[in-house]
Amino acid sequence: MRLRIGFLAPTAILMAITMLAPLAIIVVYSLLTRGAYGGVELPWTIENFTRLWDPVYGIIFVRSFWIAAVATALCLVLGFPLAMFIARSGSRKNLYLSLVILPFWTSFLIRTYAWMFLLRDTGIINSALQALRIIREPLPLLYNDGAVILGLVYGFLPFMVLPLYATLERLDPALLEAAADLGARPWDTLVRVTLPLCAPGIRAGAILVFVPCLGTYLTSDLLGGSKTVLIGNLVQNQFTASRDWPFGAALSLALMAIAMVLLFAVRRRGEELL
Amino acid sequence: MPPETLLDLRHVSKNFATQRAVADVSLEVPRGAFFSLLGPSGCGKTTILRMVAGFETPSSGEVWLNGQRIDALPPYHRNVNTVFQSYALFPHLTVQGNVEFGLVHKKGHKKVSDDINRVLEVLKQVRLEAKASRKPSELSGGERQRVALARAIVLQPDVLLLDEPLSALDPQLRKQVRGELRDLQRRVGVTFLFVTHDQEEALSMSDQIAVMNAGALEQVGTPREIYTAPRTRFVADFLGAMNWIDGIGVRPEAVKISAQGRKALVTGVTYLGSFCHIAMSLVNGGDGGETIHAQVAAGCAFTPGQTVCVTWNPEDEVRV
Repeated sequence: MRLRIGFLAPTAILMAITMLAPLAIIVVYSLLTRGAYGGVELPWTIENFTRLWDPVYGIIFVRSFWIAAVATALCLVLGFPLAMFIARSGSRKNLYLSLVILPFWTSFLIRTYAWMFLLRDTGIINSALQALRIIREPLPLLYNDGAVILGLVYGFLPFMVLPLYATLERLDPALLEAAADLGARPWDTLVRVTLPLCAPGIRAGAILVFVPCLGTYLTSDLLGGSKTVLIGNLVQNQFTASRDWPFGAALSLALMAIAMVLLFAVRRRGEELL
Repeated sequence: MPPETLLDLRHVSKNFATQRAVADVSLEVPRGAFFSLLGPSGCGKTTILRMVAGFETPSSGEVWLNGQRIDALPPYHRNVNTVFQSYALFPHLTVQGNVEFGLVHKKGHKKVSDDINRVLEVLKQVRLEAKASRKPSELSGGERQRVALARAIVLQPDVLLLDEPLSALDPQLRKQVRGELRDLQRRVGVTFLFVTHDQEEALSMSDQIAVMNAGALEQVGTPREIYTAPRTRFVADFLGAMNWIDGIGVRPEAVKISAQGRKALVTGVTYLGSFCHIAMSLVNGGDGGETIHAQVAAGCAFTPGQTVCVTWNPEDEVRV
């Protein structure tokens, strides 16, 4: 026991320094007044939090939730068949799994830039379609919500596939045979046996995708352009262009609080099912 | 009039990538019978069961059920149900949920109130009505086995397929469940196709036994027939210990130690409570030195090194 605590100490210290300390700074900042050139000043105030109730920010929050939810749902719909396919491919499982995580070998920033090159008006897709005379004017593929969702789904799909794979791989094939034996067609088996038994994987994958999507700023900044402002971009703006650090801190605390409430709700629901 | 054939396998073979699991098996299972497929592991008996259930397709041959050819139908279109070796109960559903599972898929399914009565009735038959709302993880091995049974018989299949359903139970319980299973089959009247590698299980429960070896059928008959009149040496040996003397088989319990007969030297005596097991070697048999085993009353006193005479009734001889 003593030994285990000893092994945990480095992690605990690292977490304290890199998580709790910055969190404390954010809390303190959120209660201070903005400085004229960035930074924070006294006096203490709760004005940064009362400003959050402005409907302008409410709309941004709702949009961020909506985009994160759509991206998560698409990851689930796309990731489930893929995870099922990998879980059933016998000796080639490991090959397919490494293909799923292959994109991680390149920076997320570079991969997002690559999407810009594909999607922009003079990008590969529009150029090719124009060269083939399928379209005359370039399609508006970039700088909209669709492009942001595409970028998020592309970026976070592996985080959905891996936990789904882990639960599907452990699923006893005899249960699927039992369902068929009792008269269930493949679709019934999926809905009545496979999906309920994969609920832990679905929950884990949904959390792993939804939470980072909710706070994204890189993808929405590069693929969404100035039209798509999400919470992440709003926070970033407060710390850069707007030079309103206290409000940025309040915004990120609000984001964190909402994400945690959601996590607890999902956890509670999961425990009820088990 | 002979009983009507319900399940009919005609020259069924199954080849897997590296081996032939089932080789030209033809079987007729009468309606209402407790029919066992008996053989060592890997003899193809489970493959036959899986072909009847629909999890495997025969490489050649035909499977007929109730006058309908079924070998190309998917499992969910066959009116057969399986009790799996591992039971394969749905862990996310209660006992009742498991038993109800198949009812909504039944042809012409309509009334939910009928279902509930039917489920309760079947749960009562397997003495689980008090545990209807438990999850499988909260049940004992014997209870799980009964849920697996209830889940299948509630659908009133033409044939109930049982894949070594007792092998996961502890030995004490296994003997008790044998009787229960047999009683249940009689009461419900469903045809059972029962796969086992345990000859005692097959002998004690079956109306008919098909003995299999290396993918092929060795013999089909009543328990008494295959025990007392095995047609092959494999069947004779698989159903119980057998002495082979000059090509003639004699069961240990038929060997008598008496004043007259062939001379033998006692080499070992094992006391087993209700009887004694005597190992002897024939003094001047055909080849000499042949080992012969006898099962005698526990009260008999023999000691190793003693010379005795062995004999048996000609009607107890087995010729294959």
